[in-house]
Formats: sequence, structure tokens, C-alpha cells
Amino acid sequence: MSLGSGLVSFFIVAATLGYLLWYSWPVLHTNGLSFFTSSVWRPTGTSPKVGILGLLTGTVMIAVVAMCLAFPVSFALALFIHEYAPKKLRRSMVYVVDLMAALPSLIYGLWGFFVLQKPLKGVAHWLATNLSVVPLFKPAEDYASSTFIGAVVVGIMAMPICTAVMREIFSQVPTEHCEAALALGGTRWGMVKTAIIPFSKSGMVGAGLLGLGRAIGETIAVSLLVALTFAPKIGILGLGGSSVAATIATQFGQNVDTDRALTGAGLGLFVVTLLTNMAAQSIVKRSRQQ
Amino acid sequence: MTMVDGSDPFLASLTTVEMPIVDDPSRDQPRKSPSFRASGVVEAVGSMVSAAVLGYVVCRFFSWGGLMGPGLVTAALFVGIFSTVIRESSGAEAAADRVAHVLILVLALTAVLPLVAMVSFVTLKGLAAFRLGFFVQDMAKVGPLDKGGGALHAIIGSLEQVGIASLVAVPLALLSAVYLNEMKGKMAKYVRFMVDAMSGVPSVVAGLFIYAAWVVGLHQGPSGFAASLALIVLMLPTITRTSEEVLRTISDSLREASLALGAPQWRTVLGVVLPTARSGIITATLLGVARAVGETAPMILTTRGSSRTNTNPFQDQQGDLPLFIYQLLRQPNQAQVDRAFTGAFILLLLVGLLFTLARLAGTSRRK
Repeated sequence: MSLGSGLVSFFIVAATLGYLLWYSWPVLHTNGLSFFTSSVWRPTGTSPKVGILGLLTGTVMIAVVAMCLAFPVSFALALFIHEYAPKKLRRSMVYVVDLMAALPSLIYGLWGFFVLQKPLKGVAHWLATNLSVVPLFKPAEDYASSTFIGAVVVGIMAMPICTAVMREIFSQVPTEHCEAALALGGTRWGMVKTAIIPFSKSGMVGAGLLGLGRAIGETIAVSLLVALTFAPKIGILGLGGSSVAATIATQFGQNVDTDRALTGAGLGLFVVTLLTNMAAQSIVKRSRQQ
Repeated sequence: MTMVDGSDPFLASLTTVEMPIVDDPSRDQPRKSPSFRASGVVEAVGSMVSAAVLGYVVCRFFSWGGLMGPGLVTAALFVGIFSTVIRESSGAEAAADRVAHVLILVLALTAVLPLVAMVSFVTLKGLAAFRLGFFVQDMAKVGPLDKGGGALHAIIGSLEQVGIASLVAVPLALLSAVYLNEMKGKMAKYVRFMVDAMSGVPSVVAGLFIYAAWVVGLHQGPSGFAASLALIVLMLPTITRTSEEVLRTISDSLREASLALGAPQWRTVLGVVLPTARSGIITATLLGVARAVGETAPMILTTRGSSRTNTNPFQDQQGDLPLFIYQLLRQPNQAQVDRAFTGAFILLLLVGLLFTLARLAGTSRRK
């Protein structure tokens, strides 16, 4: 019986794959391979055609920008909690980080929408005026509801989970290594550089991947913050971005054809997050066993 | 990962870093890098002030306006000035150490700033429109511009959906945790891997799964129960892994004592292991519930929301708190948005409360 309940997780993953495939099969079948290589979105009408390339690249773009912002902050925060914070502060910092991980994404989205939107538009404008050499920062007419704004909020949401994993990784570093570095007269930063970082390098990559998995699946905050489009684009600052999860949340329930197409996109999202997570888990696990 | 901070090996490891290694504490103290020192603060603040002044002058000279440009210039100047000051007095190694210290401190404090900002913003906005009637009225006969109206239907829906989900998910997750840690079967490794991978599955996919399998596949239509099913999918991995961590902390001698008295394994688990782990299991459950109560995306697909009170979770659409907030928030008039804020405040309160209770249960275990 216990084994049976253990196998429930296998069953759920298999059933999810199976049912998503079953429900979206008509769309997958008619579009064939172009479902993954085109970014046309015309699920209804006389000649329906659907492709999720734009959605997938947009999703990954939001997630990658989010992690570029979140990773250094997570690293600093985990290091601060592990190494720098006074003992009294440490407990409350852990509490705060875990609470941030527990808060619903709806609250983040709400706050991002009403509070962060305006200052971030200013930042985006500044980036577009001063750093337009970088293709990502292509100037646009309107800087609202962009990939960038969504990514900042998603980054804030992915940060706590990334921090928690990194903190755990840092705690695996043998005390002898740290003591040896300090005993040789190294500074604290020297100890971090020579003992902590080399030991936990792969684990940190795993933590980043785990955060990336979370960021890819982020739904509600993105649907509140980003004006959703279907075509791929390079600039991250201008109005509009794409996200599979947020598109499902906002577009679902209009008609059967759209629902089937969105389910197909959801299948793609499921496979991508499952693979990301599996990679992350095995990296973290391997670094734990060192 | 979330709640075992007391048994964290790193807390123990940190105390050993700063403890004297030799018996005579007056001699051969290990090198300490104190985190707070008056002269250090003077150097840091002094560098900050001079960087700000210099930054202001530079920006006036090139007539750069706004906040971003001058801010970045000042930050860069600060790093330059500060590291030069330290290098002059204590060398390059110390300079790198101190600059890293300041940067880590600043980044870490920036990281927790969103929580403070978020909680105060939602509280302020939520309290502004708060009325007691919010708990006893629903939105069935309330027009968008009317006064009054509340979240009764949503609160009832949330309680039922999360309640049913917990009733199923908690025993199932406990069984899985027992399998993972007590049976230690051949499959345990793979099950754990799968559970871990599942814990990262986006909640919207769980909603899609239940939509395809239950709402459409079995022709059940949207209902509160469909939402519960999706929540079960989401709660299982969280509760399984946290309770497994708890079971792992239980000393083997307890199990061995029970087995030596002749108890079979199932009695050992039921009579010794689970009661010992009780408060830890409560923590795991509360954390799982706290996560489930705020889930919005799967609800959109499975129950669709409703503005009238529906107490039957097995039939027809049903509202719940996250959906209430999400749907009102997207409406273009202030009265509805205000209701959404009040709902968000209550949701925040609920999640914070569940989380803190989970923490308290976790700490009382160790006393």
C-alpha cells in the first residue's frame, strides 16, 4: 500500500502526459512538426494553424532574464545568511526568505502591477536610451507591460527558492576547508572564493536551474504584468511578451479549438519544466554526495 | 529545506568556524573577521559620502539627469573609492574582502526589501476598503459599482476546495513519505526523484491535466472538486518531501526499540515513528496548505469561479479566494479593484498565519 502511494507520483506524471497528449492530439496532428517551429496563432476559422515557437521562446526569455537578475542576488543572500549575518539576524532572515517562497504569485503580481510597473518603465527607458547597442535593449514606443517588467517580478519570486537551495549547498561545504582557508590567514572573502565557491559550484548551477524551472512555469504574475503576444521578438523592453503559462491562464475557455491548442502548448511547457527540474535535481543531488 | 533550520548542519558548522581552536583562549586566537567595527563603518560611510558628492559633480558636469545614471555612477565611484581607501591602509586582499562584504550586505538587504514593500502595500490597500460585511456577503446581486458585497462565496469555496484536497493529499503524502524513509524499497530512489521533479511542475499544468482528465475526459464539468483534484497534484510532492525530511530526523534507536519488543514494522510506524514526528508532520501539512490556498492558475481551468455562493463542491462552478482577487483585479473600476485588495489582504493574512503556525509547530518539536 505504501509502495502504491509512492508510485502515485509516477502515475500522475504519466497521466498528465497522456491526457494532455490526448486532448491536444487533433491540434498536434493537423499541425505536425510546425506546431513547434512556427509561431502563427490561428486556432479557429477555416484553416486553423497553430505554432508555439514564439510562446516557448518568450517564456524562456522571461525566465532567463529573471534568473540573470535573481541568481546574483540569491548568491549574495545565501552567502549573507550562511556566512556574514550575525547569529540573531540569521534566523529571521531564513524566516523571511521561506515566507517569500510561500507567498502566492498572485500577491507578487498585484504588487508588481500597482507598485513596480512605473519605476521599471523608467529603468527600461533609461536602458533603451543609453544601452541601445545591446540588441536586447532595443528602443520601443511604449515601455509598459514588457518582458523586462515581467522578468523582474518573476525573478523576485524565483529568488527565495534559489536562495534556499544555495544555502543548503553552502552548508555542505566541509568546515575543515573553511577553517583551513582562515587558518592560512585568508580573509573571509578569500575563504568564500577558495573554499565555498569551488566546492559548491555545481550545486549552484543546480539551484539556478531549479529557479529557472520555477520561472518558466510562472503564470499569474506574468498574466497580470505582461501584454501577451504570440510572435517571437528580440527586444525585452518594449510592450508585449510571450509566456505559455500566462497565455493558458488568460485565453482558456473561449472555445474547444483554442483550448486544444493551449493544451498542446501546456504539454510543451510540462516537458520543458520536467526536464529542467530533473536536470537540476540530479545536479544538486550529485553535488550533495561529493 | 524549509523548516529544518534547527537541525541544519551549517548552524553547527558556523559556530566551529569562530570558536578558538586551542584551549588557552588568550593566545593563538583564530583570525576573526568581525562583521561590525566602528572604523570600518567610518570608512564605508565616508566613501559613500564622497562618492555621492563626486557623483553629483560628475553628473552636473555632463548634465546627466534622472535617477538611474547618477545612481550607477555613484555606486561605481563608491566601489572605487572604498577599495582604494582600504587598499591604502590594509592591502589589496583586505580591500577585496571589504568590498565583497559591502556588496553582499547591500544585495542581501535589497533581496528582502520586496517582502516588506509587498506586505505593507497590500495591508494598506486592503485595510482601506475593509468592512466586516466582507465576510458575510457574496457578489451574486452586487453590481460592479454598488457598495457592499463580499467574499463569502469565495471563502466558502476556498475552505471546501483546500479542505478536500488536504483530506486526500495528506494521508497519501504520509504514506509516500513512510515508503521513502521507512520501507526504503528498491524503488525509493526513483520515487524520490519523481516527487522532486513533480514539485517543480507549473501549477497551470496541473490545472490542464485535471481539465483534460476530469472536466472534459470524464464529462464532469467544472466544479470545486475538480479544483481540489488539481490541488492534490500540487500538494503531494511538497508534503511528501517535507515529511520525509522529518521522518529522517527521528532517531533509529526508537525504531530499533520497538522492533526489538517484537512489534512488526507497521506497528512501529504507526505507534512510534508517526507519533514522534507529529509536530513535524503538522508543519509539513500547514506548509502544503499555505501553498495550496494561494494557487490561482489551476482554479481558472477547473472551477472557473462564480459570484454566487455555491456550497456544493461537487456540482457547478464555485468561487474561491484567489480567483475572486484575480477576476476582480482585472476589471476596470475602482470598487471592484478595492474588493480585490481586501481579498488579497485576507489571503496574505491567511498564508502568513499558516506559515507562522507551521514554523511554531516546527520549533516546539525541538524543545
